[in-house]
Amino acid sequence: MARPDARPDARHAAESRLAAAPAGGGAWLRAAREAARERLLAMGLPGRRDEYWRYTDPADLTSAEAPAAAPPRAADGAEPFAAAEPLRLVFVDGLFDPAASDPPELAGVQIERLAEAAPRDLHWARDLFGAIEARGQTPVPRPLAALNTALAADGLLLRVSGRAERPVALVRRQAAEGSDVMLHHCIRIEPGAELTLLESGPGGARTTDVLEVDVGDGGRFHHVRLQGRDHGGRVAAHLFARVGAAAQLRAFTLTADGPLTRNEAYVELAGAGGLAHLAGAALGDGAFHHDDTVVLRHIAPGCESRQVFKKVLKNGAAGVFQGKIHVLAQAQKTDGYQIAQALLLDEASQFLAKPELEIYADDVKCSHGSTVGAIDPVALYYLRSRGVPRARAEALLVQAFLAEAVDEIADPTLAEDIRARLEAWVARHSG
Amino acid sequence: MAALDATRTRDGVDAQTLRTVEAMAGKYKHGWETDIETEFAPKGLNEDIVRLISEKNGEPAWLLDWRLAAFRRWQQMEEPTWAMVHYPAIDYQDQYYYARPKALSRKPRSLDEVDPRLLATYAKLGIPLREQMILAGVEGAEGAPAAARKVAVDAVFDSVSVGTTFKEELRRAGVIFCAISEAVREHPELVRKYLGSVVPPTDNFFATLNSAVFSDGSFVYVPPGVRCPMELSTYFRINAENTGQFERTLIVADRGAYVSYLEGCTAPRRDTHQLHAAVVEIVALDDAEVKYATVQNWYPGDEEGRGGIYNFVTKRADCRGARSKVMWTQVETGSAITWKYPSCILRGDDSQGEFYSIAIANNAQQADTGTKMIHLGRNTRSRIVSKGISAGRAQNTYRGLVSVHPRAAGSRNYTQCDSLLIGNRCGAHTVPYIEVRNSSSRVEHEATTSKVDEDQLFYCRSRGMSEEEAVALVVNGFCREVLQALPMEFAMEAQSLVAISLEGSVG
Repeated sequence: MARPDARPDARHAAESRLAAAPAGGGAWLRAAREAARERLLAMGLPGRRDEYWRYTDPADLTSAEAPAAAPPRAADGAEPFAAAEPLRLVFVDGLFDPAASDPPELAGVQIERLAEAAPRDLHWARDLFGAIEARGQTPVPRPLAALNTALAADGLLLRVSGRAERPVALVRRQAAEGSDVMLHHCIRIEPGAELTLLESGPGGARTTDVLEVDVGDGGRFHHVRLQGRDHGGRVAAHLFARVGAAAQLRAFTLTADGPLTRNEAYVELAGAGGLAHLAGAALGDGAFHHDDTVVLRHIAPGCESRQVFKKVLKNGAAGVFQGKIHVLAQAQKTDGYQIAQALLLDEASQFLAKPELEIYADDVKCSHGSTVGAIDPVALYYLRSRGVPRARAEALLVQAFLAEAVDEIADPTLAEDIRARLEAWVARHSG
Repeated sequence: MAALDATRTRDGVDAQTLRTVEAMAGKYKHGWETDIETEFAPKGLNEDIVRLISEKNGEPAWLLDWRLAAFRRWQQMEEPTWAMVHYPAIDYQDQYYYARPKALSRKPRSLDEVDPRLLATYAKLGIPLREQMILAGVEGAEGAPAAARKVAVDAVFDSVSVGTTFKEELRRAGVIFCAISEAVREHPELVRKYLGSVVPPTDNFFATLNSAVFSDGSFVYVPPGVRCPMELSTYFRINAENTGQFERTLIVADRGAYVSYLEGCTAPRRDTHQLHAAVVEIVALDDAEVKYATVQNWYPGDEEGRGGIYNFVTKRADCRGARSKVMWTQVETGSAITWKYPSCILRGDDSQGEFYSIAIANNAQQADTGTKMIHLGRNTRSRIVSKGISAGRAQNTYRGLVSVHPRAAGSRNYTQCDSLLIGNRCGAHTVPYIEVRNSSSRVEHEATTSKVDEDQLFYCRSRGMSEEEAVALVVNGFCREVLQALPMEFAMEAQSLVAISLEGSVG
């Protein structure tokens, strides 16, 4: 549906944020930023009256200054994903920290940064930077992503031409109380190539990120993201991906705590036989607002998509899921599945969902389901009758509830890491 | 009046069109126009028209003020654009807001005085207005009495309710069933108490328009503890060209009362779009139960999307009392545009709402329909079963809201939305909103989209059925859960409608 022109106040707000746009850069980058600027001005910054912001108040994401958030306490657990031995690239408050990072050298992966590539007149990223983001503006407008494309000065540019022998880890750290971080990453997986990207945060008092991924025919992209953990910052993270023929994208996000997290995804299945699995587990206790807004667009025939999102909410936490399977007329033989479930652990928590199907092809199999409720008293009774203490029984049932989402992680080492974190969170917040 | 001349000219055209259509067989069955002189108010909408409608109905001052307040509010409102329907802008000044068959300028005292051509119109539609309606298949059916089932019909011909049958029997039971214009005169205290209490005059663009210009409709009041002795039925037709139909229905079931209400709609075929913005309000007090069933087969426009009814309807039930229950059942096969969300506000503790829907969109039809279940009371329950079928180039959207408020502890909802696609040029969409604000409630939603099963079709064909028969059978099976929720009288008609609506969609 066509979006009405931006309301004047939304446009003004966008104009004032755009005043900070970086100058200079190569022709390709200037053009992409200018186009993003036009897109944003046509939309305006989001407001509560926008259809896809009815459940999440964007005020803290659109304000001129990032709301202050204390940097998290020193990490008290193991370094995330250490067992996977990734190549670590560290950004502190949005600035690359070469001293804390590993040398950016990995066989089969060309690692660059947007800030380094910016002055060049030609770069492979010119076909990618802002391109999938622009296509992903319909049917759900994503003004914060356009804002990022117009403003982001740095980010990773990864070109993967083979099978990366170890994962790349994007490590974000926060040092300053009011840091407003905006990174824009582009990843091109050449045909048949494969990469695992691991992300861990928090990266700033406010983070507005965009990750654009083009998975070439037969390529594979795995993405595991860790958000939150005692995090006071606000996050708007965007994943934009194009999946080619027989290519695969698998993404999983664990969000534990955080006052406001909006995870947006737009994935287009552009080649026959492609596959996209998106999963998320969100755990919130108290001041927690978590929003997944996902569009899976089936453009090519014979593709499979799967969305599995689970949220555990207690003490007034709020979970939001807005998901859409969008099947174009030519995308026959589509297999689309979507499940969004919430477990409410007390009376004060809430779950707001809008799981949509928009289908224009007839030979498809699409389904979605959504459930909300408390812990099943029958299951709880059974465990207690077997001598399991109440708190332990509840913890077990919460983990069982989340298992379907964690199962979407293909790598057993990474899945184990996530399971351990889930278990630790549940233990910390039980009772 | 020039409009009358135009109508006569159009008759000739229509008769010819009809013959062509009949020759094509199986096309829109009710596409003819009755030649009855019609009294129009001038085209357009302004305060004078609102006053005229009020005056023609002999309304008291409070109702005129109510209408005028709604009209002023409407002028400030914007037409909603969020539904997945596309149509050229409606010129609200290019519509007639009042038309009544001239023969009725003086109200008939009995059915014998009703214009015979009018009665013939209903006969063609297959609804005898006469004393009894005995429908095939009812006798001996499970749970149905062996004696003939009775249905009281309040037929609405354009804007004026022309005849109400069974008045006497209903009166003995204490049930009031009459035209709303009559209710305003005869039972002003009831109308004033409940009118606009479920759908306030400021509710939405189309409901507000209706509040300003509604010309007639039905009123039902079932007193405490009374089980309405028969199914109540009303029949709407849009007949005069370019006449918007703005019906207002108000049903009140007092404590412990029960009533089942059937609504059927057909309209003759027409080349210009026609606007319909009805409002239905239902109030159910403690322990009351209301069943409301609709079969809507208004003219859907031709294969190219020319003509057809624009159907913008606001239907809402307020389960005000504890343990009250409202059940909406709808079969939507007609109209070029359907914009309709029969809803339940589950205010009373332990109240229940149910919504069963079949929406069929063929050719260029667009349907955006669904329900809202607002859980406010404790232990409230709701159930939604929606079956959407798209064929041709049609777009069919289920749009629904299930909202469970913090106070509505122990509530339960189950939603099932299934879509069936026939052909690869149509679309089927599901837009559910789920808002759960307490943990002791349980909400489940599931939806599927698929095509007509080739194996089932093949099996039917191998047993000697034609492709169209096979599709009709498979689709009827797909809709079974909803068809079963319909009163027997409608279930039969609905099944054949399902088949007729899909003709030409395969092959």
